[in-house]
Amino acid sequence: MTETLTIGKALNLGLRKAMEDDGKVVLMGEDIGKLGGVFRITDGLQKDFGEARVVDTPLAEAGILGTAVGLAMRGYRPVCEIQFDGFVFPAYNQIVTQVAKIHARSRGKLPMPIVIRIPFGGGIGAVEHHSESPEAYFAHTAGLKVVAVSTPADAYWGIQQAIAAPDPVVFLEPKRRYWEKGEVDTDGTPDPLFGSRVVRGGDDVTVLAYGPMVKTALQAADAAAEEGRSLEVVDLRTLSPLDLDPVYESVRRTGRCVVVHEAPVTLGLGAEIAARVTEHCFHSLEAPVLRVGGYDTPYPPSKMEEDYLPDLDRVLDAVDRSMGF
Amino acid sequence: MTALQQKTTEVVDPVPGAGAPHLPDQPDLVQLLTPEGERVEHPDYRLDISDEELRGLYRDLALVRRWDAEATALQRQGELGIWASLLGQEAAQVGAGRALAEGDMAFPTYREHGVAWTRGVDPLHVMSLFRGVDQGGWDPVARSFNLYTVVIGAQTLHATGYAMGLQRDGAENAALAFLGDGATSQGEVNEAMIWASTFAAPVVFFCQNNQYAISAPIERQSRVPLFHRAAGFGFPGVRVDGNDVLAVLAVTRAALAAAREGSGPTFIEAFTYRMGAHTTSDDPTRYRLAGELEEWKLRDPIARLKAHLSRTGIAGPEFFTAVDAEGDELAARIRKGTVEMPDPAGTEMFDHVFAEQTPELAQQREEFVAYHASFEGEQ
Repeated sequence: MTETLTIGKALNLGLRKAMEDDGKVVLMGEDIGKLGGVFRITDGLQKDFGEARVVDTPLAEAGILGTAVGLAMRGYRPVCEIQFDGFVFPAYNQIVTQVAKIHARSRGKLPMPIVIRIPFGGGIGAVEHHSESPEAYFAHTAGLKVVAVSTPADAYWGIQQAIAAPDPVVFLEPKRRYWEKGEVDTDGTPDPLFGSRVVRGGDDVTVLAYGPMVKTALQAADAAAEEGRSLEVVDLRTLSPLDLDPVYESVRRTGRCVVVHEAPVTLGLGAEIAARVTEHCFHSLEAPVLRVGGYDTPYPPSKMEEDYLPDLDRVLDAVDRSMGF
Repeated sequence: MTALQQKTTEVVDPVPGAGAPHLPDQPDLVQLLTPEGERVEHPDYRLDISDEELRGLYRDLALVRRWDAEATALQRQGELGIWASLLGQEAAQVGAGRALAEGDMAFPTYREHGVAWTRGVDPLHVMSLFRGVDQGGWDPVARSFNLYTVVIGAQTLHATGYAMGLQRDGAENAALAFLGDGATSQGEVNEAMIWASTFAAPVVFFCQNNQYAISAPIERQSRVPLFHRAAGFGFPGVRVDGNDVLAVLAVTRAALAAAREGSGPTFIEAFTYRMGAHTTSDDPTRYRLAGELEEWKLRDPIARLKAHLSRTGIAGPEFFTAVDAEGDELAARIRKGTVEMPDPAGTEMFDHVFAEQTPELAQQREEFVAYHASFEGEQ
């Protein structure tokens, strides 16, 4: 059945399906039960699955992740909601020193099928710590897998795939796009979770984005088309592992590559991608790989966030610079 | 009053002029065996124990100490990277470990060799960790004994989550979380106690207060006796003589039973002393007085049980000689097994990062193999 869903509702339905399919799935988080989560992603789930499976936790993020480890050791599949990106840091110790390492530490005897859902990114006019893009910290950590969804269909399927995955997955949700709508075929066959996808074909420049920036990149491609430039847009979807073979194929054709993310550019995902694209496409490149991202400042007060966040014009500016080489 | 009860802990006032927060005497200390080896009764903690079990506990204590001594020697001889000695804490660990029932799960720090012993973990599987061969060679599920956790206090949350899983499964078991006095200052430990309390999780927090967190004395962690902290979280706290294996066994058994019955967590403070260094890299002479150690030697956990067994005739010289001989055999086996332990293949580091290997890591592994193969044939 094909439905038109928001990203938020698609996540809600995906979580519901995962809980129906596997009785070991347990949702944990702050305000996710009675309230349904501050973004209502878990709306109605506690009512239908009970307080033991949709757990309103104490206000302690390390506690959420630390107890998730214990539950996973007991055969459960915890799905932890971190209320906002900037609140993941109290749990950072558990994620990096425990969740990410226990499978290796135990040489496979203690699987950690834990999903860490994080609404991430800015653009919602919020106060400090509610608009961050912490993906590089997690992509840099061995033992974690990191994905970012950009469409309702990926949200619906991706959350189920992440929950079914045997390894810990940091699942990044583009919070400013929660209300964006799209078609979801709930009877369809999903693309693999850990794969990138060309979402728009083009010949002049390859633009890479993920999460909330996919829409921005597509808007830039529309605007560029009006000027006669053809941008190929790739939704990276998986940030660790990276799936760059489609990117290499694309860049070998276009000779130019621009990476877009909200996170600060210095040592962000774009830096790693630029290095790999350079290594694999060196003889095809007509210009250095360019990065468009946040500045190396703390995420600013919301009246400045439009200046901070990459937008259509900054993407096009990078496209111009790439074409100008 | 026992010797331990008479001790008034010297307190260094961390805030000049604020008034020294003297730790109180210890009327609440649970003790069933005095430092002199005299059996005493406690109204809340009765222990029915056979002579055979008493001899078994002595054997545990003696063998674990022998293992520990051998490991320290092996480190000094360059066969281990480091060793975290349990010297002085044998009774706390053996008592707690022997209190566990089948199906209970223990969550150790990195010093619980005595508990490992009671769970049937091969000492060589602990030695391999300290030799740098692996991160602990035992099967944590089969042994109901988690792998060592080095980040201080992190395992208390794992134990609590595991206990929440036991609750959901309707299992009549409990989790036993080990921690030290220093760990009580960690945020995660406090979070674990909040979670355990609010969900009435079947978990027991077993804190070995060995008086030091490396160099920091207990007064730097707490202005109240640690077991008093439990009240603030809403569950019972008990201080037990950690050098009295019988009291530790009785108190831990009772706490685990309460947890299994749905009464929620208990915090046990096993009052003991780290007679050795924090690890083989440490030098306690820089931060504590020799006299303190001498004082604690009089409360030695093994000597007091030996005195009790001898005085009551439960064990005689032949028994002790046999245990000593068994210890020597164990030490020889540990020594031989440790020095002959093969180094792991370098490729192993790639093999268990994920349950589902990533293409990236598979490629790095291939490159690693090819790189090393390129040296084949060279001198």
